[in-house]
Amino acid sequence: MDAPSPATFDEMLAPDGTVREAYRQYHHWLSQQDSAGMRRKNFEAESFFRRTGITFNVYGQDDAEERLIPFDMVPRIITAAEWRKLSRGIEQRVRALNAFMHDLYHRQDIIRSGRLPERLFRNNPAWLPQMVGLRPPGDIYTHITGIDLVRTGSDEFLVLEDNARTPSGVSYMLENRETMMAMFPELFTKVKVQPVSNYPRRLAASLSACAPDCAAANPTVAVLTPGIYNSAYFEHAFLADQMGAELVEGSDLRVIGGRVQMRTTQGYKPIDVLYRRVDDEFLDPLTFNPDSVLGVPGIMDVYRAGRITIANAPGTGVADDKAIYSFMPEIVEFYTGEKPLLNNVQTWRCADPDSLKYVLENLAELVVKEVHGSGGYGMLIGPAASRKELTAFRAKVLARPDKYIAQPTLALSTCPIFTRNGLAPRHVDLRPFVLLSPGGVEITPGGLTRVALKKGSLVVNSSQGGGTKDSWVLDE
Amino acid sequence: MSRQGAGADGSIVRDRGEVPVLGRVANGMFWMYRYLERAENTARLLAAGHRMAITRGEDVASEEWKSVLTTLGQLTAYTAQHDDFTGAHVCDFVLRGKGNPQSVLSMFERARTNARTCRSAITAEIWEAVNEGWMTLRDLLARPVRDTSLNLALAAIRRESTLARGATHGSMMRNEVYSFVRAGTFVERADNTARILDVKYYLLLPSLSYVGTPLDTGQWDNVLRSLSGERAYRWLNAGRMEARSIAELLILDGRFPRSLAFCYAALRENLDALAQLHGQEGPAHQLMNELEERLTGRTVEAIFDQGLHQFLVEFIGRNQAMANAIAEQYRFNE
Repeated sequence: MDAPSPATFDEMLAPDGTVREAYRQYHHWLSQQDSAGMRRKNFEAESFFRRTGITFNVYGQDDAEERLIPFDMVPRIITAAEWRKLSRGIEQRVRALNAFMHDLYHRQDIIRSGRLPERLFRNNPAWLPQMVGLRPPGDIYTHITGIDLVRTGSDEFLVLEDNARTPSGVSYMLENRETMMAMFPELFTKVKVQPVSNYPRRLAASLSACAPDCAAANPTVAVLTPGIYNSAYFEHAFLADQMGAELVEGSDLRVIGGRVQMRTTQGYKPIDVLYRRVDDEFLDPLTFNPDSVLGVPGIMDVYRAGRITIANAPGTGVADDKAIYSFMPEIVEFYTGEKPLLNNVQTWRCADPDSLKYVLENLAELVVKEVHGSGGYGMLIGPAASRKELTAFRAKVLARPDKYIAQPTLALSTCPIFTRNGLAPRHVDLRPFVLLSPGGVEITPGGLTRVALKKGSLVVNSSQGGGTKDSWVLDE
Repeated sequence: MSRQGAGADGSIVRDRGEVPVLGRVANGMFWMYRYLERAENTARLLAAGHRMAITRGEDVASEEWKSVLTTLGQLTAYTAQHDDFTGAHVCDFVLRGKGNPQSVLSMFERARTNARTCRSAITAEIWEAVNEGWMTLRDLLARPVRDTSLNLALAAIRRESTLARGATHGSMMRNEVYSFVRAGTFVERADNTARILDVKYYLLLPSLSYVGTPLDTGQWDNVLRSLSGERAYRWLNAGRMEARSIAELLILDGRFPRSLAFCYAALRENLDALAQLHGQEGPAHQLMNELEERLTGRTVEAIFDQGLHQFLVEFIGRNQAMANAIAEQYRFNE
């Protein structure tokens, strides 16, 4: 394979070319495969995805109603010991995020204590005044969280962002594993990998455990989708199917008798838990965007009365904000009383004059992001930008410094991918999926590994040409 | 504070047998299987037409293709685009015609869209069968089908539809959704059989006095082939070919899977299952009972006395009314 760059941490090969512990068994297996056979397998993977219909839609592309996210068949491997350590940090962070949401919409102790400036959420469009004082069933806000992690060294995982609004991609985590097992059945007899397939069942159980008091003994759980033209429709349908939940659209739902009900062949029947994959602003035209046809008129009244669970709670998107993110070390410590086990990436808030000065002086070395942005849109990667782009971005930052944060250009770890010319190192990140209910925190071992397929690229987002890998946590 | 019996691994034990299916999903399933059934029957009709066209002269061929379009209800749409009735044009229009929403390709595409919309109501096996079927036909029908490969294409359409039905039969719970699946299948099949019979009979039988007399065997063979009934007919009526016994097979014989009687027996089974689940019969049941009466305890002579054309036209209309009643009764739409 192409030698990894010495400046980056390659997860398979040490700088001296020896194979790291996590990849030892896999590498041994791989060395016994013939390369023509592997190329054939790579081709099979695509037809497998097409057949099962694992596609996503890209906004703004005419011919691309349904596209595939490229799948790379070299797994990303983490040892059991590494994962144990990571999970503790993830659990701590998720508990802190939920406590933070509760506080932000109630007493706001963290503001009173002076640890977090009020303007941060007041200026944030994801902050919903309608949620103030509202108690979601079980006091759970962040039922499902995706924590994006990057690795920079053998012992260094950093949090790049928190996804508390609507983390997506879990269907790829599940289907990537299915694909790998279909393609390389014998590999799984040689390397013992912790399973991920019970995620949907755990999700159903976790959501049911958050049902409101008025729910029946077996709560009715429904997944609310904007419909087949949504970019993540496949995932919505997939999860509903795997959970044994209803898959509903806004037009199926109505508020009747103080409950959210769905139109069945026998008339309207109440729903207890709504796992919505519709953004806050479209959820209730009576409360938010009046033009929305994707939501349910009056659902917020039902929610306020404690007669439905909405997952995730409206208004949790405020935690995805990159300015809030920069305060996560303080937030974790404030709510857990412990030092954060997982570190943030060093972050300069441009709203702060000293940081702004530093950022402008070092723009060509930094990654600059919009605080409300997501999906890899609207960011500047200094080292890859032209002089013209740098000048234009400088002007944007100067005009609204509070809209931007900056981070160093990280030496993200690399994993090998399969290319026509053999293995080649590419940068990766990891999004573990975390469930929270009154019963506790559950983390599926592994998560979604996203990989930048272009040589040297640091952008892993699927909307920007990234791919995915099966993510393995080795058995104990 | 878990509120249900959570297993050791966090799984919940629950029986959702009580939760009825969404009206939108019932609608999607009903129509998904109507589209699949219609795509398949259209392929049969084209295959029979093709056979007729290559064995007879040009005039007969042209008439034959015209009658195919009439049967499918696509004559007006076709003549808006074409002024001849050649096999190449008719087949292209019916299979993949641009601006023909009833083409086989768009019916398969709609079946697949419904499967996608109701993905959680069907099994992965069904989804994969329909999705792969759509991909196969999309590739097959990407360009005009040449005369020499028409039969292969038509066989592929039947095969893909058959695979979807087989996956349904072998993998799906016999629950409420299944009843809608089957109801859609047989409403459509009864409609298609009645249409084919009506158009052919109308064209082929100049006067009632022909009933019971030996006929142009080629033409009648064609009627049977359009409904995959030639073998059944031979088995029942070795060496004969007459209008009365053909009508008897296609209308009244409960053993033949495309006959009206068979379709209505199957419909009864499924509407009964729905009525039992819902605790009541509705207007759709009423209409089904009336239609079934016309198909049982009657001789084919009695039907001829009434007039076959009139019988079939009424049947088609009432069958449609029953489908509408199902949609209404089970809240397919808001």
